[in-house]
Amino acid sequence: MNDLSDFRTATRVWLEANCPHSMRQPVKDPFDVYWGGRNAIFTTQDQKIWFEKMLEKRWIVPYWEEKYGGGGLTPEENNILTQEMTRLGCRKPLYSFGISMLGPALLKFATEEQKLHYLPQIVEGKIWWCQGYSEPNAGSDLASLQTKALEKGDHYEITGSKVWTSYADKSDWIFCLVRTDFEATKHAGISFILIDMASEGVSTRPIKLISGKSPFCETFFDGVKVPKENLIGTLNEGWNIAKFLLTHERQMIGGIGETDIRKEVHEVAIENLPINSKGLISDGVLRSQISDFEIDEEIFELTIQRITDEAKTGNNSGALSSFFKYYGTELNIKRQELLMAVTGTDSLIWEENEKSDGDLARKFCRSKGNSIEGGTSEIQLNIISKLILGLPTK
Amino acid sequence: MALIITEEQKMLKDSAAELLKAKAPVNEMRALRDQGYMTFDSNLWREIASLGWTALTIPERYNGLDFGHVGLGQILEETGRNLSKSPLISSILLGASALRISDNKVLKAKIFPGLIEGSTQLTLALQEGKYHKTTSFQTKAVPEGENYVIDGTKTMVIDGTTASHFVVVSEIDKAISIFLVKADLEGVNISKNILMDSGTYADITFDKVVVSAENKLNIQLDGSRMLDELMTIAYSGVAAELLGICQEAFEITIQYLKERSQFGVIIGTYQALQHRAAIMFSEIELCKSIVLKALQAIDEKDANAKRYAHLAKAKLGKTVKMVTNEAIQMHGGIGVTDDANIGFYLKRARVAQQLFGDYNYHVDQLAALKGF
Repeated sequence: MNDLSDFRTATRVWLEANCPHSMRQPVKDPFDVYWGGRNAIFTTQDQKIWFEKMLEKRWIVPYWEEKYGGGGLTPEENNILTQEMTRLGCRKPLYSFGISMLGPALLKFATEEQKLHYLPQIVEGKIWWCQGYSEPNAGSDLASLQTKALEKGDHYEITGSKVWTSYADKSDWIFCLVRTDFEATKHAGISFILIDMASEGVSTRPIKLISGKSPFCETFFDGVKVPKENLIGTLNEGWNIAKFLLTHERQMIGGIGETDIRKEVHEVAIENLPINSKGLISDGVLRSQISDFEIDEEIFELTIQRITDEAKTGNNSGALSSFFKYYGTELNIKRQELLMAVTGTDSLIWEENEKSDGDLARKFCRSKGNSIEGGTSEIQLNIISKLILGLPTK
Repeated sequence: MALIITEEQKMLKDSAAELLKAKAPVNEMRALRDQGYMTFDSNLWREIASLGWTALTIPERYNGLDFGHVGLGQILEETGRNLSKSPLISSILLGASALRISDNKVLKAKIFPGLIEGSTQLTLALQEGKYHKTTSFQTKAVPEGENYVIDGTKTMVIDGTTASHFVVVSEIDKAISIFLVKADLEGVNISKNILMDSGTYADITFDKVVVSAENKLNIQLDGSRMLDELMTIAYSGVAAELLGICQEAFEITIQYLKERSQFGVIIGTYQALQHRAAIMFSEIELCKSIVLKALQAIDEKDANAKRYAHLAKAKLGKTVKMVTNEAIQMHGGIGVTDDANIGFYLKRARVAQQLFGDYNYHVDQLAALKGF
């Protein structure tokens, strides 16, 4: 107990001393942060200082074992570090799908040799990873994916295309689901493989969304040679890794904005809407809608806490990630809808002017994707009804 | 504090589930209704008292268990699941809490023993007219020598026909005063109402009822603060019962979806029903979190306890309507027959969600608390 409170004090002191002021400000856009990679760019000097300090402290991924480049912190210590970083508003020093997505999969499914090779590179920000799951004809029905990997002696030859690959045009490597058995049932013939995007035959094309911008791309593989040792886990059992990562991804998307410093809807409403003599929003209908939304928003946060606390006592159901994903994204969609309503016609401004940065309309459009990406809301409801409620399939 | 119940609270919940399922299940409630709307089974009430449930929230110095509201909430959740009838809400959640919050030590020493034993039965006389509110009461208490004279009419007094004492919320010069009034005093007129949950409620008229000053529950304590604290407990406690109703009605319905067959298939295979079931599941997950948080906040004297109580009553009020409506719809024709028990959940839900303010009331209060 005492050791932990010493750790908290030391952590707080260290963060105060080492986290530059500008690294304690909310993130403005995805390129206001450091992503690492072969062509790494620090957009500010403070970003560089912050990343290097944290790397030296081994706190880029504080909870991984030291042999993999982590800081070897216990879960309790890591919680304290997270709390102290949140308290100070410290940004993450490195944004990386390697840390949040690939790393956990490697820790669970890769060989020791693969872990020792890839994990330290993730920590050092040397590789910018992207994810290749969905295909033009395999969206909700992900397991029907058709990108094929043909065995050719010491390598696989990969042909096909992936869609919704975030930042594929900037990434160095991609972790991919490919079909390795064409006779087996659809779930049984999938493998998980790592591909260098610099390989011959890989190309990307950005996808523009209704919000006007997007990190998404299409990624094409035309007879790309990939060494056999890049396969993770057992051949044809990649679907297990996919399920593991999807669960992980859903928790991330469901928790969107969790640590964001953002205004509550009612605060925006008070700044914009007419107020009556009692100091309340005159539009009673909108007022009720905001109050109703904020009830769910606050209770959803409590639910994340409750289920996290239950998981610590060993009560855990992976299918609950579908509930988080479903509810969290639906809430964000409602939030964007309400922000548009309370901001009136100013919310419609698309191109930046003196009244608005055009952010609201674009965020509204972007939120429409929340209930589609990472498995649609309908897919999440299917999973809840099958895996949690045990309702039968035909 | 972790948002989970402790081992001890879990044990209490499990034993409550076991006892109520065995001795006070829905069919028992049906039987009480069929015997001329009996209010509750006095044997059950004696057993509840012998188990110490009546003493749960009473301080140790008055021989109570001081186990807290999370504990009482676990029992209320189980009464919701079984639709068990007892004076737990009227006498313990409301009556014992009013006495506990009170700064009248003499009255505490006098009343707590009978309350714990189950022989003294309290209830709260708060509402006037058709809606719940916590300000400007028409019931007046006018000082007259050593006494107060109470005049006014209260409605929706839970178990008002069997209670031995009423906790009466009144005003003196716009300040709230709360009195303990014996039911058999002269000028107390009780008229019985049977509501849709087959429960017994009363309208009570206090016609120049003379009460001695020693029956005033708030001596130094500010009456409106006392009422505030009592309402925090009432909202959270009723929300705990509503959580039990939501869960049981939901589980009964899921079971039905797995058994009922139409067009040659189990109806639970239809996606139209599956998605609605999954949405109900999600909403109930939120309900579990806020009910526990609200109960913990009372025991921890959290500064936000009142907000959590409003959140709990708002969320549960909304969800219990959705879940019980869906439960009836998914049962189809059988759901609207008196033979099926699911209708009892709909009917109790409708009463409990209006008790101490419905969803609309709490949504409004929450907005006002946040200043918008």
